[in-house]
Amino acid sequence: MSTRNRPLSPHLDVYRLPLLAIMSITHRITGVGLVIGLFALAWWLCAAASGPAEFAVAQAVFGSFLGKLFLFGWTVALFFHLSHGIRHLLWDSGWGFEIPQAYLSAKVALGATLVLTVIAWIIGLA
Amino acid sequence: MVEFALPANSRVQTGKTYKAPAGAKKVKSFKIYRYDPDSGANPRLDTYEIDLDACGPMVLDALLKIKNEIDSTLTFRRSCREGICGSCAMNIDGANTLACLKPIEDIKGDAKIYPLPHMPVIKDLIPDLTVPYAQLASIKPWMQTQTPPPPDGERLQSPEEREKLDGMWECILCFCCQTSCPSYWWNGDRYLGPAVLLQAARWIHDSRDEMTGERLDALEDPFKLYRCHTIMNCTKTCPKGLNPAQAIGSIKTKLLQRGV
Repeated sequence: MSTRNRPLSPHLDVYRLPLLAIMSITHRITGVGLVIGLFALAWWLCAAASGPAEFAVAQAVFGSFLGKLFLFGWTVALFFHLSHGIRHLLWDSGWGFEIPQAYLSAKVALGATLVLTVIAWIIGLA
Repeated sequence: MVEFALPANSRVQTGKTYKAPAGAKKVKSFKIYRYDPDSGANPRLDTYEIDLDACGPMVLDALLKIKNEIDSTLTFRRSCREGICGSCAMNIDGANTLACLKPIEDIKGDAKIYPLPHMPVIKDLIPDLTVPYAQLASIKPWMQTQTPPPPDGERLQSPEEREKLDGMWECILCFCCQTSCPSYWWNGDRYLGPAVLLQAARWIHDSRDEMTGERLDALEDPFKLYRCHTIMNCTKTCPKGLNPAQAIGSIKTKLLQRGV
């Protein structure tokens, strides 16, 4: 009997991912988002260095509704990635592997993301 | 490699439905992954309606009832029916566990049962575990020494030294954790996975073992150990309540301490 043609059992479709796993994949997705954001930041800085006309264009792009939406996404991503990064530091120091601890740190990280994002936008829009 | 979609030969189709006997009051549907290697057909999901009033409390009881009374072709591994042999590991209600330890009443709605995820399927609920067993062998899961044993007895260990192995020696190698890990799904050919790394930790932390350095050397690899991203599906799903994520963390700590 050939073993090469054995089917692969279902995985992502059937596994109910716990919050802890969703935090982990979100960390990675936000990381990718932040890399893209870095290009936007670099473009904004280049525009600022190029002169008033170019800077006005960049300001208009980021000031538009879509621009603000992206900026909001990047701030959420930044603070989530930061908070979850601190969870990784705690794990690396040996703390937080018990399931209740892991859920606690996940909820604290989510709360911190929310609070920091709100504070950033209050300051940003003030 | 990350491949979210199943290969064409692995996509699950709708299967047959076996109705509950007339007059059954407490009916529950069990939707079970079926694959017959002799038919050449794709896997399918068969539905068995079970009268819970005439069935034992655990998922394994329902599987045995189906095999005994409804469809003798249903194939699965089982042995001890008390959570110590690790044979009946499968994906039940979206998480890996032992069928013999999973109460049916804990499952809301239909009970969906699949083989351990992202594994080649031999038949129905039986995955091919050749790769994880080979990975286990690769970490040399036995005591290795260089000094001769004491002439008058066994190698001794203090109660404190012995305590370090608690939470690791209890592993029954059911591979629930191994196959719950997305990192193992995508890199199972090179990443050793939580069950194997738990066993590696078990020997690294054993005070009697004299090859700790060599064991750490063997794990210092971007894939074998460091594909663990602390997703923690392993610890969440372990039917024995063990903590592979913590054990892997302890290996990383050992490597770090050795490096500074």
